[in-house]
Amino acid sequence: MNASLANPVAPSAVNVRELLSPRGVRFWLVEDYAVPLASLEFAFGGGAAQDPAGKAGAATLLAGLLDEGAGDLDSQAFQQALDEKAIEISFHAERDHIGGRMRTLKRHLDRAGELLRLALNAPRLDEAPFERVREQVNAQLRREANDPAAMAGRAWRARVFAGHPYGLPTQGSLESLAAIERDELTGLARRLIARGALHIGVVGAIDEKRAAALVDQAFADLPASGDLQAVAEAPFAGLAGVEIVDLDVPQSTIRFGRPAVPRQDPDHIASIVLAHVLGGGTGLSSRLFREVREKRGLAYSVSASISALDHASYLYGGTTTKNERAHESLAVIGGQILDMAHDGLSEDELEKGKKYLIGSYPLRFDTSAKVAGQLVEIQLEGHAPTWLVERNARIAAVTMADARRVAERLFGDGALSVVLVGRPEKV
Amino acid sequence: MKRLSSEFSLEPAAAPAAARSASGSGVVDFRLDNGLEVVVIPDRRAPVVTHMVWYRNGSADDPVGKSGIAHFLEHLMFKGTKAHPQGEFSLRIAEIGGQENAFTGADYTAYFQRVAKERLGEVMEFEADRMTGLALTDEVVAPERDVVLEERRMHCDADPSAQLSEAVQAALFTHHPYGAPIIGWGHEIERLTREDALAYYARFYTPENAILIVAGDAEPEEARRLAELHYGKIAPRGAAPDRRRPQEPEPVARRLVVVNDEKVEQPSWQRCYLAPSYRTAAPGEAEALDLLAHLLGGGQTSLLYRKLVLEEKRAVAVGAYYMGAALDETRFYLYAVPAPGVSLPDLDAAIDRVLNALIAEGVEAKALERAKTRLVADAIYAQDSQATLARWYGAALATGQTIRDVQEWPERIEAVGAESVLTAARKQLERRRGVTGFLLPADETAA
Repeated sequence: MNASLANPVAPSAVNVRELLSPRGVRFWLVEDYAVPLASLEFAFGGGAAQDPAGKAGAATLLAGLLDEGAGDLDSQAFQQALDEKAIEISFHAERDHIGGRMRTLKRHLDRAGELLRLALNAPRLDEAPFERVREQVNAQLRREANDPAAMAGRAWRARVFAGHPYGLPTQGSLESLAAIERDELTGLARRLIARGALHIGVVGAIDEKRAAALVDQAFADLPASGDLQAVAEAPFAGLAGVEIVDLDVPQSTIRFGRPAVPRQDPDHIASIVLAHVLGGGTGLSSRLFREVREKRGLAYSVSASISALDHASYLYGGTTTKNERAHESLAVIGGQILDMAHDGLSEDELEKGKKYLIGSYPLRFDTSAKVAGQLVEIQLEGHAPTWLVERNARIAAVTMADARRVAERLFGDGALSVVLVGRPEKV
Repeated sequence: MKRLSSEFSLEPAAAPAAARSASGSGVVDFRLDNGLEVVVIPDRRAPVVTHMVWYRNGSADDPVGKSGIAHFLEHLMFKGTKAHPQGEFSLRIAEIGGQENAFTGADYTAYFQRVAKERLGEVMEFEADRMTGLALTDEVVAPERDVVLEERRMHCDADPSAQLSEAVQAALFTHHPYGAPIIGWGHEIERLTREDALAYYARFYTPENAILIVAGDAEPEEARRLAELHYGKIAPRGAAPDRRRPQEPEPVARRLVVVNDEKVEQPSWQRCYLAPSYRTAAPGEAEALDLLAHLLGGGQTSLLYRKLVLEEKRAVAVGAYYMGAALDETRFYLYAVPAPGVSLPDLDAAIDRVLNALIAEGVEAKALERAKTRLVADAIYAQDSQATLARWYGAALATGQTIRDVQEWPERIEAVGAESVLTAARKQLERRRGVTGFLLPADETAA
């Protein structure tokens, strides 16, 4: 096994090592013996953006099935095997990757590794679980059919990313799910569950040697590379427009956004700070919170933040206001964004925003599972382990000149693409 | 597996932690001279500390006609004191990169911050200050009342599932204030005043009625010193208020509550039984109920899942949940989502068949073992999260349990015999002890 490739000390006192297993699988490890458990998180690049045409929801179904039977263990047997030792293995489909996690008490690590290996390398994707999981997703979709928040999000993405995979719901629709056949999931698994775009984080009461063995056991025999379709950069449509989705409810649920700075762009960090000042943090002290909730009592919650995907980056936010005053919320939000576009932000806002983002970073690292998740997230963003220290340094380095310049870039002419679900007046 | 998100937001479970905290050193607890109970849960793995104050009062302590006052006061606690005007506390937390929030339950109200460990004294100073220093004006109260009304509209009025939950609780608790929603009824929220809030504040927000929990990277001795410094100066008020709620009479009638709404595309079923809590139960009874909940609906190997989802294919999802951490008699929930084409009465009857079979045939030994394994493992997994530990200790202490109860819970779970689980099922899962709820589209009747 190679020696650690990097050994930074993170501000949160997390000591991460980047390692290579005997069979060449790269993983990041944090050893921590305080609690007798181990957490493993991983991600396969691909995700819902790889759903075949007309089959939105395929990646979601696949993720839902990977723990529903593997090798000689059918669905019930597999679940019982997990349950017997309180081992947790689960998968989830995101837009750009399929993620998974495993958590186990230290004393059941061997069994956990076996079960994870089976799930990844020999998923059964049997007919009965397939129908059952699909029906569960259907039930969820039906439940959300008239849920304003779900409707608003879907409608917003369909409008803004029309014609692009990002415009489709990751869970699919009742129609698209009905069109998916079980064999197609086998093909999808072969395309996505591979070593080519794999990122792994291991945290807990587990040493280098044992972690490498676990990683080899679970991942080493997967195909060397997957087969990912190219995904285009996403368009951004619908600016300076408001789409109203009629629903007979007393409140209007609002979603708004505009294109933002790409993740790889040097200005991305400054844009994170700006979005925080506008509508971020815990939401109790942002501009939008102050103007929409505190001053005018227009809403219970209001927020905005940057969403950075592999092929799109956008400012995205929302609020919920009673129908009679929804137009007011829109005006206030639009006003604040325009304000920041023209006048940037104050020194005080910049300093406080940076301080918050820096000071809050350690809070992401206070449980083994969260640390493992962060390790994977950092890898997905394309960073090295040094990011754990570098990230705060980059935020601290944002100057007022940077902020003003990027504010113009981010907020532009203030145009927003807005979707509103409800029965707003005067909109 | 695909987990459907639970339809209703549930308060933290009673499940407490094992004896040792994540740093290896034990939990330390003591009381200040003014009556404030302090619990320190060391965990030095991240330089972060979770600081919580729990008040032993919740929506069930709202005076008659003033439902929602506990929750409203929680909102108003962010409106500033004489020493620290509105916004100063929150801005300070934001400045240091902390997180803050608060929540109101039926039996407790809690305020917390998660901050870098060096900031512990600072957050204590603010939190101690607002225990007695709240300064409210009508100008500040009115918009916040609107915010709460918006919150109610957002979570309830637009959501038939939430409306059903409220109706089920109201039908289950015909007399006890657990039957009123935590956020309050709309028509009563509208009439809450500044005086109502201040009266409630004076009554319940006292050091004798509060529990301070510090979890994370904090040395017990240093935490004690800081607690003495900041909270110790709060004058004692006298004994904590007596919390005597009107108790629920013995139920005699099984109840069915139905909500029809055009927004419902996916029908669902729930049942809520009146059950003893950890505080009111006989020894071992609450533990048996925790195990019963897991046996019945704690995942894909559970009884209801196996029978209804896998074998009979009458449901696509089922679950069970026991709210053990409560001051008075509490709730034992079951919920299920029917498979397409299965009516709710059909599903209802099928669930009753499974419950009756369990009572008749008893608990399978292997299933009980798995349930115990899971619950005891949960206690170990909990040690990994300072925030989880803080919440679990807090909820337990605020509802009449002790530190020792919390720490010895895994042993008591291990000690539960199959007979006890069966007895608990027989006693608590009687139809007349429960309310069934149907969520249906507008044009279907619950025939």
